Amino acid sequence: MSTTYNPADPYAGSRETTEGRVYTVTGGDWDQTLGSETLGEERLVVNMGPQHPSTHGVLRLVLDLEGETVTKARVVVGYLHTGIEKNTEYRNWTQGTTFVTRMDYLSPLYNEAGYCMAVEKLLGVEVPQRARTIRVLVMELNRIASHLVALATFGMEMGALTGMTNGFREREMVLDLLEEITGLRMNHAYIRPGGLAQDLPPGAVEHIREFLEVMPARVADFHKLLTGQPIWQARLKDAGYLDVTGCVALGITGPVLRATGLPWDLRKVEPYLGYETYDFEVPTADTCDAWGRYLVRMAEVNESMKIIAQALDRLEPGPVMVEDKKIAWPAQLSLGPDGMGNSLDHVRHIMGQSMEALIHHFKLVTEGFRVPAGQVYVPIESPRGELGYHVVSDGGTRPWRVHVRDPSFVNLQATAAMSEGGMIADVIAAIASLDPVMGGCDR
Amino acid sequence: MTGPGDRSGEDPGLGASAPSGGFRKGAFGVSGSGDTSGFGGLVRVEPGGAVALHSTDRPYGGYFDEVTDALVEAVGPRVYDAAVQRVLVDRGEITYFVAREHLLTLVQALRDDEALRFELCSSVSGVDYEGSGGPAAGPERPRLHVVYHLTSMTYRRRIRLEVAVTAEDPHVPSVTGVYPTADWQEREAWDMFGVVFDGHPALTRILMPDDWDGHPQRKDYPLGGVPVEYHDATIPPPDTRRSYR
Repeated sequence: MSTTYNPADPYAGSRETTEGRVYTVTGGDWDQTLGSETLGEERLVVNMGPQHPSTHGVLRLVLDLEGETVTKARVVVGYLHTGIEKNTEYRNWTQGTTFVTRMDYLSPLYNEAGYCMAVEKLLGVEVPQRARTIRVLVMELNRIASHLVALATFGMEMGALTGMTNGFREREMVLDLLEEITGLRMNHAYIRPGGLAQDLPPGAVEHIREFLEVMPARVADFHKLLTGQPIWQARLKDAGYLDVTGCVALGITGPVLRATGLPWDLRKVEPYLGYETYDFEVPTADTCDAWGRYLVRMAEVNESMKIIAQALDRLEPGPVMVEDKKIAWPAQLSLGPDGMGNSLDHVRHIMGQSMEALIHHFKLVTEGFRVPAGQVYVPIESPRGELGYHVVSDGGTRPWRVHVRDPSFVNLQATAAMSEGGMIADVIAAIASLDPVMGGCDR
Repeated sequence: MTGPGDRSGEDPGLGASAPSGGFRKGAFGVSGSGDTSGFGGLVRVEPGGAVALHSTDRPYGGYFDEVTDALVEAVGPRVYDAAVQRVLVDRGEITYFVAREHLLTLVQALRDDEALRFELCSSVSGVDYEGSGGPAAGPERPRLHVVYHLTSMTYRRRIRLEVAVTAEDPHVPSVTGVYPTADWQEREAWDMFGVVFDGHPALTRILMPDDWDGHPQRKDYPLGGVPVEYHDATIPPPDTRRSYR
């Protein structure tokens, strides 16, 4: 090739032709490009992501490598930033639910629950018991689905593709249940300030019980497929090491922290929604590595099933929204032939029977309710750790500020501590064991 | 538009008599010509505004007194009085409003003192109070707040620290030396609110692109409308549409 190496532009040498100047874009050797004196022979900077099947979403890693050893790992996030926090400031308090549910798309019900609990704390209202129980129920179903995706993508990134297909197959069972209950597979907007959008539909309890019958065998299959497998163990054990000191300093919570032996689970240490009345264990491991995190998640699936069974047993008939008509979303939704919508009974009531109900419907839907000024911080235990909502009100019908302390965002800071000094293959295991969800991280 | 009940320009101190400094006009949250109800001239003093200006009296209740006593003992009463401007207990949560010069002294003591042990910095977030009612923002009422939520895993306690700075001098010392987890969260507060964290190892944008202009979550950040080609109509930016406050 007639193109010569051009020090001014090492990637695109040029030559003059009768058609004008022609550039030839080439690769080239690193020592030719940057000079071998400034860099060690073996040093290589690898840009992994943001589009990469092993980085768990649009996560970008900039890795300095010496051979296969990672000497420096930098994480670049923000590729999925959607401005949800800012958006909520221009919607009323109820509409905020539909925004926050889209952040961490694998645990939408946790986003909704945390947000609604913060709004309810600002309002000073108590949610009816049935709504609290159903919240626990759907959140634990969601935890199982989220952990199954964590295991599935973990398997895929480690090369165990059957783990992936099995995980997504089991998750589909949970999504079918959530679709039946809320109307949507994801992004439910089911939990609303003051309670729930609607009660459990007929048949949902039976279907959840059927799921609880089937699931233990599927968990056992997972153990057969992955836990006892020597390759799986070899890939996970001692990968992504981070002990309890590192976790607390870096703010890491959730299964990663519990895999260091510290049973820190907000459902136990700062119970909310009546979690103190449920009988369940906080699984821990003492290995501080990806293996321990895998085992903790597997055990948490079992504990969630225990909680769901107890929640089903204690479901009593009752309202699922606060009685206060100045706050409660007026329309009761119902499933019609064209999908979810206002129930005809409600339309008949406001149009034919009660002027007050019509006014309340109109005012609440267009204007929304006012929330007394102040600020609260409400943390809940999401599948990935502490999900905190810092919500500020100025006394108006819209949030003044909604800040989300998303566990994916905070936990990803551990990447460097977990992977520097290790092999590049272990970086994949470390990231997968953190189980970040970029929709939550970037918000 | 003026009417018999219109009090704009009157009683600048009216808001200051409310604990929060906040007051509202009208009965239905609409200002200007939107409210045709006849109640547009009503003025209500709001109990509790976006920024409460008062301080809660002792005893604070719960573990808040123990934490405060331990904090006074750890840093000494002179530093405590200089550092903590106000203490507010609201909705079962305690907020210490801290002068930025003393922030690092306080967080160091909060983390390390045996009676305090706030090992975990759960959250760092920014809030812009510009235009949230009450007296206008200024040096006495700084608009940018940085809010730290600290958790004691040992004692299972939570407290909140709040530092307020003006947009003209938005400097706050970085707590990354005490809480490494604040690294990305301070970068987010810089990115979104333009708060400069002095001493941060690499204060760069984190969620917005590196070459972005401005700090999008500030309340005066211009919002875009949607140009619609229909009879010369455009959809105005969300902050200029009619809203119910």
